[in-house]
Order: sequence, then structure tokens, then C-alpha cells
Amino acid sequence: MSRKTLLNSKDIEIILHRLACQLIENHNDFKNTVLIGLQPRGSFLANRLAHLLKTEYNIKNLELGLLDITFYRDDFRRKETPLAASSTEMNFLIEDKKVVIIDDVLFSGRSIRAALTAIQSYGRPKNIELLVLIDRRFSRHLPIQPNYRGRQVDAINEEKVLVTWNETHKKDAVYIEQK
Amino acid sequence: MSELSVEHLLGIKYLNTNDIDLIFKTADHFKEVINRPIKKVPSLRDITIANLFFENSTRTKLSFELAEKRLSADVINFSASQSSVKKGETLIDTVNNILSMKVDIVVMRHPNVGAGVFLSKHVDAKIINAGDGTHEHPTQALLDSYSIREKLGSVKGKKIVIVGDVLHSRVALSNIFALQLQGAKVKVCGPTTLIPKYITSLGVEVETNLKKALEWCDVANVLRVQHERMDIKYFPSTREYTQLFGINKEILDNLGKKIVIMHPGPINRGVEITSDVADSNESIILNQVENGVAVRMAVIYLLAQQVKR
Repeated sequence: MSRKTLLNSKDIEIILHRLACQLIENHNDFKNTVLIGLQPRGSFLANRLAHLLKTEYNIKNLELGLLDITFYRDDFRRKETPLAASSTEMNFLIEDKKVVIIDDVLFSGRSIRAALTAIQSYGRPKNIELLVLIDRRFSRHLPIQPNYRGRQVDAINEEKVLVTWNETHKKDAVYIEQK
Repeated sequence: MSELSVEHLLGIKYLNTNDIDLIFKTADHFKEVINRPIKKVPSLRDITIANLFFENSTRTKLSFELAEKRLSADVINFSASQSSVKKGETLIDTVNNILSMKVDIVVMRHPNVGAGVFLSKHVDAKIINAGDGTHEHPTQALLDSYSIREKLGSVKGKKIVIVGDVLHSRVALSNIFALQLQGAKVKVCGPTTLIPKYITSLGVEVETNLKKALEWCDVANVLRVQHERMDIKYFPSTREYTQLFGINKEILDNLGKKIVIMHPGPINRGVEITSDVADSNESIILNQVENGVAVRMAVIYLLAQQVKR
């Protein structure tokens, strides 16, 4: 299995700042906006962005939720290994709010489809945007596109995009692995 | 681990600690789901579940039905009193007829011990035992343990006394298996006539003095006196039973410590437990009911995971 580094920690830091600025452009003080990280992997990116927005860009009262979409997936009972749920931490309703869904890699779009269904359990949002670190643009099964993307990647299906974070792997990086 | 070691939920005695941990962990997620504004998830949208109740039930049946509907399963209900069972149809024929409607999971309550095991050997569906005679009632035991864990942080090392009609209770047996598996100490307390003779062989101590039993325990799980299952007189009068084994506020106040009060329902108010105790802060009876839905959702979800298309 060969592995190629797509983004190193410096690249990721620059991208996070850019994404934060793009969010501020559209959401100003985030008064009517909530960020929702998809569990498990999107939560790291969501936490990072929320931290950055609060500390570097002085955004107060930022609402961040972590949403698990396991029970909404369309591949239940179709996978070799059973699906295990993660925790959902959503301490607010999204009624009439602007929602930004955050995930690390956008691949087939099925996770986002599940997230769009799951979000309905928390109310009717004003609108929903999608932010991803990596957009594998030629791999989509559904008509879903991100509003904010860190990097677009033209990886083929046999390749896997792996995102590691300081919190879990002691290193911020994005790799492309040959399966 | 994210899969049960069993294909059916026939009794607690077939489960291991990993299974119980997995069920509780999954129930935690479903508890969060059922406290949302919209309490439904689409996980089981292509699964059909038959609730076969050959014996009367209100809360267990409602709890299962709600759990199934909150998982988006298609549900059909069957009760023996309004069915061809009255015309002499056998259990296998009844169930096979229902399975011909492409049912994936059967939730069954039956008056005969071992009915679930029997069925699991003859039909091609996942079976969940919702009570078989005086034998087991696994989902009740799971929700009881889950409620203890929620209230006291852990089941391990806790002292639990099961009070009342142990002889006719499937809840008692399943509870004993579940609590011991999780490292709790269990005693039973009740009139000698309502304590099965084999009970000590399960590692359970018998205490016939209610006061001593309550002084010993952290949790009292109070059972209903099942008059409908009694073919002979097991105690002289209900009044005498209440005087000796009924739990009231005065007894609890004199303990000098707080204990958790549980009851699987339905309650005979004023017989095995007084209203002020059932409705007190120490009582987790309504938590048990809420947790019942979450635990049953977890069990159904985990078994449905094994239904392949």
C-alpha cells in the first residue's frame, strides 16, 4: 500500500483559516448560524473551525453541535461490518437557523444525504450549507456539492483519502492511499 | 464490538457481558433520539415486525410497538384472544402464516415456558422473547439493569433485593441472571410459599424479613402479586401479605438511608407498594418505562442488523 501526502499540517492550518474567513463573510457574527460536525470524523474539523472562529476571529456565542447519522444511513445491513453509532450532542434546535454541516471528506454524498434527513429531527432550518476539507469531486452518487471546500481532489475509486488529526494521530495531515 | 453474539433474544442466560454493554451503549443513543422534538429514525424502514401476544399485556406490547415505530419498522399486531388460536391452530402454523407475510422479526409473549426457544428452531425469523410463562422476560431485565446503571452509575457491586412473588415472576429470573452477570449481589425476599425451592442454586440468598432485606440493599425491585397465576392460596390474605411484605413510607423512613425503588408494573397500589412510595423521589418506576422504549429499540436495531437482504 503506497501513501502520498496531499496536505501537511501547515497546509491544513492555512486552509482552516481560509474556511473560517469564508464562513465569516457569509455569516458575520453567527447570530443565527449553527455549525454541525458529522460524527465521528467531521467533529474534529468542526471543533477546529469553531475554536479558530472563537479565538482568532473573536466570534462570540458560536453554537456547535455534533450529529451522528448512523441511524439515517442507507447502508444499514448492507455492510460487512455492523454500523456502530457515535454520540449526538445537539443542545439546541435549528428552527429557522442557518446550518453549516461540516465533514472531513465528501465522497459519494450519501453521508450528507443521511445528515440532511437527520437534521430534520431538530426543526426546519432556514437553509443548509456544506463545508468539507476534501472534495472528491468525481466520486458522487448523489447530486450534492459543498459550499465551502478545503481542497478538491481527483482521486480514483481505488484510492482512499485519509485525514489524520492531532487529536487522534498526533499529526494534522491528509494522505492519498492506494488500496 | 458492534454485533450481538446471539441471533435471537430468547433469555438473559444466552447473553454475555459484551452483549449487555452493547445493548446499553446503543440504548444510550436511542435515549437521545427519543428525547428529540422528532423522535423517529429511518433505520428499519424495510423491516417488518410481528408482535405476537398469546397472553395479555399492555405496557410491554405498547413499549415494543412504540420502539418499532420509532425505528420506522412496519408493525403487525396479533393477540391470541382475537385469532384462529381459539379455533385450534398450532403455534407453528400461526407463526408460519404470519411469516408468509414476509416478517423479519417476531416479538412473542407466550404462557408456556420455552415457547421462544421452540419457535426459534422452527421458523426463519429473529425471535425476541417478550415473556414466556414464568421463565424469562429479557427486555424487562435489561431495562431494569439499565435504569439501575442510570440512577447509581453502575450495576457492579450493588446490592439488589427482589421483593414479592418470585415464584410466578419471569421478571425475577431474568433480573437475577442480568444482575449477576453484571456483578451485582442479589437477594430475594417474600413469603416462603412464593420463593422457588431452586432459587439458592442460582447463587441468590433468601431473606424472609422485609426490614432486614431493605437494610441490606441499595435497590428494591418490587414485584406484583400475580393473583391470576395462583392456582392455590399462597398466603392467608392480601392484608397479611401487605403487612409483612408491602413497602410503605414508614418502613423506608426508618431505614436511615435512601434506597432506589423499582417496580416492573402494573402496580397493585396499596398491596406490594403504597402510592406515596411509588410516586416518591426514590422511585424510578417511570424512568423504567421510558428506558424500556430505548432498550427495546436497541435490541430490535441490533438484531435487525443481522437480517440480510
